[in-house]
Amino acid sequence: MTISADHTATDTPSTAAPENALTEAVQKFGITVEDYMLPARHQIQMVDPDGSLKPKGEQGTQPGHEYPVPGDKELLEAYEQLVVGRRVNDQNSALVRQGRMAVYPSSHGQEACQVAAAMCLSDGDWMFPTYRDAVAVMTRGVDPVQVMTIFRGDWHGGYDPLKYKVGIQCTPLTTQLLHAVGVAHAAKLRGEDTVVLAMCGDGATSEGDFHEALNFAAVFHLPVIFFVQNNKYAISVPLAHQSVAPSLAHKAVGYGMAGERVDGNDVVALLAVLDRAVKLAREGSGPLLVEANTYRMQAHTNADDDTRYRESAEVAEWRAKDPVNRMRTYLTDRGLLDDDGEARIREHAEAVAAQLREGLGEDVPVDPQELFRHVFAVQTPQLKEQSALLADELARDAAANDSKEAGK
Amino acid sequence: MSPTITTSSEANGNVSAATARAAASAAASAEATGPQPVTMAKALNTALADAMHADSSVLVFGEDVGLLGGVFRITDGLTATFGEQRCFDTPLAESGIVGMAVGMAINGMRPVIEMQFDAFAYPAFEQIVSHVAKMHNRTKGTVKLPMVIRIPYGGGIGGVEHHCDSSESYYAHTAGLKVYTPATVADGYRMLREAIDSDDPVVFMEPKKMYWTKDSVDLGELRRLHTEGTTTGRTSEGRAAVARPGTDATLIAYGPSVPTALAAAEAAALEGRSLEVIDVRTIVPFDDETVCESVRKTGRAVVIAEAHGFASVSSEIVARVQERCFHYLAAPIRRVTGFDVPYPAPKLEKYYLPGVDRILDAVDDLQWEN
Ligand SMILES: Cc1ncc(C[n+]2csc(CCOP(=O)(O)OP(=O)(O)O)c2C)c(N)n1
Ligand SMILES: [Mg+2]
Repeated sequence: MTISADHTATDTPSTAAPENALTEAVQKFGITVEDYMLPARHQIQMVDPDGSLKPKGEQGTQPGHEYPVPGDKELLEAYEQLVVGRRVNDQNSALVRQGRMAVYPSSHGQEACQVAAAMCLSDGDWMFPTYRDAVAVMTRGVDPVQVMTIFRGDWHGGYDPLKYKVGIQCTPLTTQLLHAVGVAHAAKLRGEDTVVLAMCGDGATSEGDFHEALNFAAVFHLPVIFFVQNNKYAISVPLAHQSVAPSLAHKAVGYGMAGERVDGNDVVALLAVLDRAVKLAREGSGPLLVEANTYRMQAHTNADDDTRYRESAEVAEWRAKDPVNRMRTYLTDRGLLDDDGEARIREHAEAVAAQLREGLGEDVPVDPQELFRHVFAVQTPQLKEQSALLADELARDAAANDSKEAGK
Repeated sequence: MSPTITTSSEANGNVSAATARAAASAAASAEATGPQPVTMAKALNTALADAMHADSSVLVFGEDVGLLGGVFRITDGLTATFGEQRCFDTPLAESGIVGMAVGMAINGMRPVIEMQFDAFAYPAFEQIVSHVAKMHNRTKGTVKLPMVIRIPYGGGIGGVEHHCDSSESYYAHTAGLKVYTPATVADGYRMLREAIDSDDPVVFMEPKKMYWTKDSVDLGELRRLHTEGTTTGRTSEGRAAVARPGTDATLIAYGPSVPTALAAAEAAALEGRSLEVIDVRTIVPFDDETVCESVRKTGRAVVIAEAHGFASVSSEIVARVQERCFHYLAAPIRRVTGFDVPYPAPKLEKYYLPGVDRILDAVDDLQWEN
């Protein structure tokens, strides 16, 4: 398409996918469109819970759904981030107990998803995380203290989304998926090859915006990867109450996109599936849906009591599938990780934890005038008035305090 | 692919505003010069086209806005002129439209989106309240959302259920949103251009009964003034207008109620009473200065709005004026608003909407000492 100097179009190609786009995308795999869109019959799993690489025939792959094992360097990096992520999760929970943070929705147990979500993206790509995805945001390169500011309670956000290409962590469920769609759409209109990863939980797939976002992304044929962390619960409500679909990945087919299920505690499989999804999306496949089968090992947040709605036996069962231990065993057995390597990684994790303790341990003074500064690009007369009112109130308080001190 | 569409010139982008502005003058099409009879619909349509000419990051989308040109034809011809990448139909999903616009605005665009009707914008309410209004605040201004949500609103067209609602108070109540509503054809052009230029999100409420109102307007001149920046700022942002000067009492109205207020003032004049009519124009930011100046001068005021009076823009106006003008008031401020009932069916509409007689009755009640 060409556009003249006055920005009018000389021809009018459609923004939507050409009718055969999906067929074209599928052709390279030599399978039917249905086989492409439907998830493989089994979840993709490469390393089993004991840490051994599964034989190729047992990884859940099938024609058109084949995934090469990621390179050693990527896997070592992933392991390091897993260890850091786990340490950050547990450090943050401790900081909440000490009253240093208001709340922290931990991704303890879901670190493989967190790490893979960040690692599959390039610098120019975007990520749209939820409240539970702090570790993913951090793994993407955002300063850990800035990430946690939102939970410390001095502002509803702490990092610059434009700088890191990470949307602000989103709590109204699945609303951020549409922002991901918009970012991808804008990039596509400008001819940029940005891929956008949009994250949500299993319960959130019941929300209307989940449907709208998947449909928009498919209709406009946008490079968005919808990454659903199925951790089995939405606060207290188990997945069976949200959906009776064969799997959440199966939802993709209804929108005309491909879906895949992956072991969400196997970072090797996650990277393999997400790396390929990013590659396909960048090459013009349109959107994809990846469901990660994982488990929320701890309560929803510190304010939640999970003993009211699940058995400890179930939690114990999942503890055996821990993503961090599994990867350590796998890398050690392959000779890629030794005691020195492990020690160095632990040191890194401790350094990040120390950074968090230090950054969140001190009380940052809040400036009440900030209330009025960031509502509009130009402050309205009404906000100026209200800001003066508060300033005056505070000045009188300070003066009263001063005279009280003086009177002592 | 050539870089056909670029980032927004002012917010979240890096292209200079001057580049975009320069293109605008080239856009002045070969339409007749001098004042011509122009409908509100045409003025809005021209504003959209001019904004799209001026800045390639301006995108228009919504339901039926492409080939059809919108159910009210406000986007008529935009797809033909600018292509399907710049003006296009979306799937039927209002939250999707607003949410996608948020993402586009984050990524350098200036989306101008259409909600087909007032009462069909509600599926998008969560996006508007939770994100459109808050993004600037949450990111301390790092992420601006230069987007416009156009909503046809109000009654007077005999619309069947869910086709007439006065939803302005919901948006006005939400901190972080600007709410504009034009009441003249010229303002239709001016205010929409300014809304699109604004780095803040604007909910642009279009009085749907006025789409076919004609005024004598020189669109070429308005375009020139806008391009030169002489009318903008911007100046009309947060500025109410004195729609009709008067001395005895002030009628405060906005959007679809402005013509009703003007008709009431005309009728009052025949009875020897001089009413000043204030057209609020921008509900947010609200122009206390112009409104209060008038009330201090006249000492009496009636606020007129189609929306239910309870907990509404009209109640806000009464509260503000009372707080600021108490000692100038010769009588309590009166309101003439829609009753606190769900928007009625077409045949009952005339009993519900503020009309000239009800306004004059309220004026009569303003404790005149004969
Ligand atoms: C629109 C909306 N409704 C309700 C909530 C309250 N809420 C917060 S998290 C949550 C559960 C979400 O579960 P899921 O999507 O599975 O994500 P998880 O917390 O398990 O990561 C609920 C109901 C919300 N944040 N947003
Ligand atoms: Mg869940």
